[in-house]
Amino acid sequence: MEGYLSLWDEYGERILESFWANLQLTFWAALASLVLGTLLAIMRISPIPSLRAFGTAYVNIFRNTPLTIILTFGVLVLFGVFELKLSSDFNLNFFQIAIIGLSVYHAAFFCEAIRSGVNTVPLGQAEAARAIGLSFLPAARIIILPQAFRGAIAPMGNVLIALIKNTTVAIAGSVAEISGLMKTMLEYRADVGILIFLTVALMFVIVVLPIGALTTWLSKKLAVAR
Amino acid sequence: MSNAQSVLFDAPGPKARRRIMVLNIIGILLALALIGYILYVMNSKDQLNPERWAVFAKGSIWSNYVLPGLLNTLKAAAISIVTSLVFGFIFGMGRLAHNKLINFLSSVVVEFFRAVPVLLMMLFLWIMLARAGWVEPASSPFVAVVIGLTLYNGSVVAELIRSGVHGLPKGQREAGIAIGLTRGQSLRLIEIPQALTAMLPALISQFIVILKDSALGYIINFNELLFNSKLVGTGNSNMLQALVICALIFILLNFALSKLAEIVSRRLSSRVPRDKKAAPAPSATMPPDVGIPAAGNNLG
Repeated sequence: MEGYLSLWDEYGERILESFWANLQLTFWAALASLVLGTLLAIMRISPIPSLRAFGTAYVNIFRNTPLTIILTFGVLVLFGVFELKLSSDFNLNFFQIAIIGLSVYHAAFFCEAIRSGVNTVPLGQAEAARAIGLSFLPAARIIILPQAFRGAIAPMGNVLIALIKNTTVAIAGSVAEISGLMKTMLEYRADVGILIFLTVALMFVIVVLPIGALTTWLSKKLAVAR
Repeated sequence: MSNAQSVLFDAPGPKARRRIMVLNIIGILLALALIGYILYVMNSKDQLNPERWAVFAKGSIWSNYVLPGLLNTLKAAAISIVTSLVFGFIFGMGRLAHNKLINFLSSVVVEFFRAVPVLLMMLFLWIMLARAGWVEPASSPFVAVVIGLTLYNGSVVAELIRSGVHGLPKGQREAGIAIGLTRGQSLRLIEIPQALTAMLPALISQFIVILKDSALGYIINFNELLFNSKLVGTGNSNMLQALVICALIFILLNFALSKLAEIVSRRLSSRVPRDKKAAPAPSATMPPDVGIPAAGNNLG
């Protein structure tokens, strides 16, 4: 117990700081990948063959690539080879490259989640939209997508939860976040190794379980009555 | 697929056809511009240089790095698939058990391991197993990858089995009990085999997750495909090329698995008994004709 308390004395501040970095990664990547994912979903359901092909190719490529490769690519190629500088601050630069990597990967999953939502919208809705003279984009914006998003809440919640957990992979993108700190702590304080793991694990449980419960509740509450 | 799409727009008339054609050409041009830009940037850093790519034409690169790495990736994934199935079977049974204690304990285990990032488990096992002397330091990355993947994916499989059993018609269990089976026997002999069949596409999707997540082993120095590809990239100063080839191998393997999942789900859709009243289980029970690929949920 004393050992555990001294761990908090030594690392307490950094534990909270690092986990805050994971939450920030989650927030920005969720925002960016939701926007990109929606765009891709619209492309994939649009009547234009080239856009459909692009959306399909994007999803198949990024959904099947391990996130570890994408984030490693960010550091070793985007930064190492192409010298990508999004920020003059060295650490912030890696942080932003990691956000790009996380967004690119999860956009493919958001796209599929939204598309599965589109499939919950009955045929009659689209037909009615056309019958009153709406063309593809207005019909999508006013009729299809609002219902699709409500039908896609549960799968999108799953993507969000996966994203929160996947921010730990940012260690491969040289970001100072919780899994890197956990590694350091395990190396220096192996005496309380199990407690270190349980502490960090619990932080994720505390964030993930309520979000899971919330999205399940929301998906039921907002389900379109049919 | 084509059905699902025609839902959203009418068969186009002459005006709409022209508009679609124009937009189609614009789309193609934009895509070409994007590709052109990427090639331009690559060229400006000498990344199109054939010599950088030709490294992969050498047999020694494949026999010394790529293939051994791929073998380790496949070995870790294959073992994890088997162990996750066993884990999932045990805890899926546990979550369906009537005994409150067993049920509660299994729920805690399954919910915990589903909520904790796999990488944290791997890091913990990697460092602690070697330190405790339970595993030789040299093999501790491999063991950590397999156990980490098993704990997470096994928990997901347990959930799949549970939702699969809940999706079965009630009569299946009632019939089992009526012929004198115990609850456990009815689960083992009647319900879970059917649930597994119904969940097969979702299970295959989970195998994709296992294959993809095995690349996390790179972070804990497990010499799998990504780890070895990075070695190639460092040694021949062709990091971009090495990572692209590595990604391509993963994409091909996963794409093949997801096609398999689609075929299986199409073939099964007519055979699996389903409780009409029960809420549909996740994507697996969705008939393929709604246009969602069965492997749509292979979240890492």
